[in-house]
Amino acid sequence: MSSFASSRETTEGTIYSVTGQDWDQVASEIGSAKEERVVVNMGPQHPSTHGVLRLMLELEGETITEMRCGIGYLHTGIEKNTEFRTWTQGVTFVTRMDYLSPLFNETAYCLGVEKLLGITNDVPERASVIRVMMMEFNRISSHMVALGTGALELGAITPMFFAFREREKVLDVFEKVSGLRMNMAYIRPGGVAQDLPEGTVAHVRDLVKDLRKNFKDNADLLIGNSIWIKRTKDVGYLDLAGCITLGVTGPVLRSTGMPWDLRKTQPYCGYENYDFDVITADTCDVYGRFLIRMQELEQSLRIIEQCCDKLDQLDGAPVMVADKKIAWPAQLALGGDGLGNSLDHIRQIMGTSMESLIHHFKIVTEGFRVPAGQVYTAVESPRGELGAHLVSDGGTRPYRVHFRTPSFSNLQSTSAMCEGSLIADVVAAVASIDPVMGDVDR
Amino acid sequence: MSEQKGMFGASGTGDTSGYGGLERSTYSPNSASRPYGSYFDDVADELEKAFPEFSDAIEKVVVDRGELTLHIKRDRLFDVAKTLRDTETLRFEVCLGVSGVHYPADKERELHAVYELLSMTHNRRLRLEVSVSESDPHLPSLVEVWAGTNWHEREAYDMFGIVFDGHPALTRILMPDDWQGHPQRKDYPLGGVPVEYIGATVPAPDNRRSYR
Repeated sequence: MSSFASSRETTEGTIYSVTGQDWDQVASEIGSAKEERVVVNMGPQHPSTHGVLRLMLELEGETITEMRCGIGYLHTGIEKNTEFRTWTQGVTFVTRMDYLSPLFNETAYCLGVEKLLGITNDVPERASVIRVMMMEFNRISSHMVALGTGALELGAITPMFFAFREREKVLDVFEKVSGLRMNMAYIRPGGVAQDLPEGTVAHVRDLVKDLRKNFKDNADLLIGNSIWIKRTKDVGYLDLAGCITLGVTGPVLRSTGMPWDLRKTQPYCGYENYDFDVITADTCDVYGRFLIRMQELEQSLRIIEQCCDKLDQLDGAPVMVADKKIAWPAQLALGGDGLGNSLDHIRQIMGTSMESLIHHFKIVTEGFRVPAGQVYTAVESPRGELGAHLVSDGGTRPYRVHFRTPSFSNLQSTSAMCEGSLIADVVAAVASIDPVMGDVDR
Repeated sequence: MSEQKGMFGASGTGDTSGYGGLERSTYSPNSASRPYGSYFDDVADELEKAFPEFSDAIEKVVVDRGELTLHIKRDRLFDVAKTLRDTETLRFEVCLGVSGVHYPADKERELHAVYELLSMTHNRRLRLEVSVSESDPHLPSLVEVWAGTNWHEREAYDMFGIVFDGHPALTRILMPDDWQGHPQRKDYPLGGVPVEYIGATVPAPDNRRSYR
């Protein structure tokens, strides 16, 4: 073996490091060794690890005996950074954590700030409806990535094309409404950054019909597909007791038959006023989680349709709290070159009202003060319970922002899911958890 | 706990705003008195029944913004946690994680560990808060009670230097293994470089004059 592997002596015996060679030769020589303990390092730059996730697998043949995750490669200090910015600026940081579902990060954070301020009930209804609509669209775009990349990682390429084709249309809605396709910082403490541009509701109604029709493409490809079932059925098994003790939430928990969805059990943003079902499966495996995500797409469309009806009724209603000491003063408007500062607003603060200019300057540079205290607010993100623990010392900047992210908690369960299974099933199990490494490492 | 003076981060220099004389004391909530409201009385009653040394273990009960926080002595944390999980009428079967908070002004209790608990059975939430000093930052690990706190405790150790005794493998999780210091402590600098513009330089975020 020494011909292709460097070796060193340790207390556990001789350790050989192999970094790619003629694997037939390596395997045959490993097989002849008296004591074999093979540790394979997967990632952090591996195409099927959903970003920079490192997995350390101890193998016996192709069976995993022990598995460890190495994380932290995407740690950006977002929580620390927010302590040096105003409460409003915090939105632009937290939106970058879970980059596949930025609107959920923003909502969890803003609900927390609003609770600290004591203005939860003052947030206008139209703002809440817009938040719900944007979140459900975001759930669709996030599930599309989960399904598309999950299928791709197991060798099915076409579902990825279909999923990203539909996701693109959802991102177009984000771009139309907020000016950005991701990391929008659209949801702000007290409401949303700006009202929907004209024609959005009609566009959304058309899109819902379109999406509903096109979702069938992927469903036809995968549901009941015998290869897909062989790769996913009874793979990545984790039952209810395992989920509970590991704090696993979201589709993984619902795949055990537990109908736990914060939108139903602890509603926020007015979710109690919408008609939708909590989807569960009782298989505890990758296939069940995949089915849940598939069916949640339809539930999200149902909610979006109800949002459209509500938005028609609430046309012209405010989208930001009335309190000018909290509401963001800048108004944005859709111009020929995309979203930008509203010319009317600029004219007012620069041309006619000195007081407006002072107010604008003060609230943008200084921010607002938040009464001291701590809160925990949670939303049901596409991956599970996303909670924000916010502490204020009474100043204009957060004292501590901590996010309890579903990816972080759920990723812990990979060892429980994979130990004892085959190495090829690791890819399926990790894909079914759908971790976003930005969310794990923050 | 302590008092803050002035409205800007800078002190003793150049603050001609007139706001330098403002004073603000830091946050220290008082213990709530009965009735707590909502399901909180239920939780407290049931915990008292199931855990006879309740008054000895709980430092204070805080009810704020519709949330219940139990401040617990660290040597009783493990027993209280186990009781909260195992008692049928309480049944907090999920621990959502550990969040550290650093209060340098809170002498001998600088580091706080905050546990968010969830009872799916009764659809309730509860927060546990434990404080330790920087010089003796030891807490009992709750991995035996809720396996899911494993990574969360490692994160709190990594970021705040809180040592969880009894944790199966308390190592850094987000920062590199050989990292010095604990980044989320208040005395740990944010870092960053000044940004140069034509005619002006904007200092790094933690060196900027800022409002408090």
